[in-house]
Amino acid sequence: MNAMTSGSARPGRHVPLLLIALAITLTAVVVAVPLVYILWRALSEGFAVFAQNILAPDTLHAIWLTTLVAVITLPVNLAVGIAAAWLIARFTFPGRKALLTLIELPFSISPIIAGVCYLLLYGRQGLLGPALAEADVTVLFALPGIVMVTLFVTSPFVTREVLPLMQAQGSEQEQAALTLGATGWQVFRRVTLPNIRWALLYGAVLATARAVGEFGAVSVVSGAIRGQTNTLPLQVELLFNDLNTVGAFAAASTLTVIALIVLVVKTLVEGRART
Amino acid sequence: MKPRLTTALAATLALGLGLSSPAAAQDAILNVSYDIARELFAELNPVFAQKWQADTGRSVTIDQSHAGSSKQARAILEGLPADVVTFNQVTDIDVLAEGGMVDENWREAFPNGASPYYSLPAFLVREGNPKNIDDWDDLAQDGVQVIFPNPKTSGNARYTYLAAYAYALDKNNGDQAAAQAFVKSIFDNVPVFDQGGRAATATFAERGIGDVLITFEAETGGIARQYADADLERVTPSMSILAEFPVAIVTENAESKGTAEVAKAYLDFLYSPEAQRILAQNFNRVPDEAITAEFAGNFPEVRLVTVEEVFGGWDKVQEEHFAEGGILDSVFVNQ
Repeated sequence: MNAMTSGSARPGRHVPLLLIALAITLTAVVVAVPLVYILWRALSEGFAVFAQNILAPDTLHAIWLTTLVAVITLPVNLAVGIAAAWLIARFTFPGRKALLTLIELPFSISPIIAGVCYLLLYGRQGLLGPALAEADVTVLFALPGIVMVTLFVTSPFVTREVLPLMQAQGSEQEQAALTLGATGWQVFRRVTLPNIRWALLYGAVLATARAVGEFGAVSVVSGAIRGQTNTLPLQVELLFNDLNTVGAFAAASTLTVIALIVLVVKTLVEGRART
Repeated sequence: MKPRLTTALAATLALGLGLSSPAAAQDAILNVSYDIARELFAELNPVFAQKWQADTGRSVTIDQSHAGSSKQARAILEGLPADVVTFNQVTDIDVLAEGGMVDENWREAFPNGASPYYSLPAFLVREGNPKNIDDWDDLAQDGVQVIFPNPKTSGNARYTYLAAYAYALDKNNGDQAAAQAFVKSIFDNVPVFDQGGRAATATFAERGIGDVLITFEAETGGIARQYADADLERVTPSMSILAEFPVAIVTENAESKGTAEVAKAYLDFLYSPEAQRILAQNFNRVPDEAITAEFAGNFPEVRLVTVEEVFGGWDKVQEEHFAEGGILDSVFVNQ
């Protein structure tokens, strides 16, 4: 009652409460409720039906393919990401800014454009298509194409996470190691890598999450052959289009669980990185 | 940390390799199809595989790819190794014929204009049909809410538009202005235009919006079955437009892969009584008369007109109705 009468305290107390309430409501409506709903719908006809949908050969293959793509893209992303970050952080050379922009480019273009570019480049009617067909190399509508577009959309993550840290840390420790007679590889193993490991892991987690969830670009180059080139996000769409709601939600819940695991790893990594 | 991660990756890889070991098969064809035919072909393919085994002693794997048929046509032109296509748009096979992937005279290669089954825009209404919706006229009444997707983005809705337009032309002795006014009054009764057929279905069946959903008759059965507890009822109007589901061998691929024979057998199979029965069970109309008689209850009498008869072909429809600034734009003001 007292607070009500003292006019100056009111706005100061109610505005934050209102904002917090707004934030909680928005989070619930936009994020939490849909996530819970996915799991609820997936299990709506019982766990047996859920398991049966997950274990359907095509869905199982989609899970495997998505995992495979993530496993292939991760080491490439790590290697290229570290190399690029190191190059940009430690050296000045003409075109350094341009290289950085180029690396960040996939962030700013829509994945579907990436897919269409690959189609126009590697397609049968595309620039490289006839030559590839001559050499009997299949890129599109097969694993190579899917891996390549996934690399395209996930390539900036590692560099983006590692680069600022490398720049902030400077090169003193590495130079000290060199003056003490360490070889290049030793410097990398003993000095550079330990310094950037959490940022590196964080970038890897983000890149993997993106690789697992990528829909647009993969949708263009996959050809959606069931049991061959259908990734998990494509499988979700397919099942949904089939009016197989439980199947779609079961597949979607698998993706959600993967995303949640990634999120937990990310949170742990962030915690470790700060200490 | 490091070694454990590596072990985990190796385990995942090994698990995956185990799952992906391909089944040994002598013949394999890829059927590239439209987006909502997955379960239909999942039912048809094993029957064909059995038949092929019995006839030739060889086993066959039929791989399926499903997406929007225009997107599929584009993918085949860019190298998707389809042996056969089973589409829901004639124009998309024409695109392949123009690109040299399919024989120019593909429509003569199989019976019934190379369309082993067909359908038509029909209605799905709420339990007991409270608004008494029986024909296109009832959709133009005040107080009736009609659900179908946006004809700008959905082929399904274009058929709905054409069917309503053809009905009005027929009723008004070919008066274009009257037909346009009629179609406009139906469009005015649509509370929300979804992107595609599936979204419109969700609006109608899950969100409970609208009195009538318009979609292919082949779809209405599956939707009624999916939402069985809503007791939706199927209604076939007195007149509608023929929607063909054309098939073709992708000669270019089939010849280079040596699959022409099995591809042809596969498409021929779709006309066999076994396949026609499966198609009819899934609410597709079929040319086979005996099967049609068997499922007469699923397929009420309807007068079907074709796009060629009423509108002078797909090219003309595209130009006059669906092009930017065409007739569709004048009756359809997207809310």
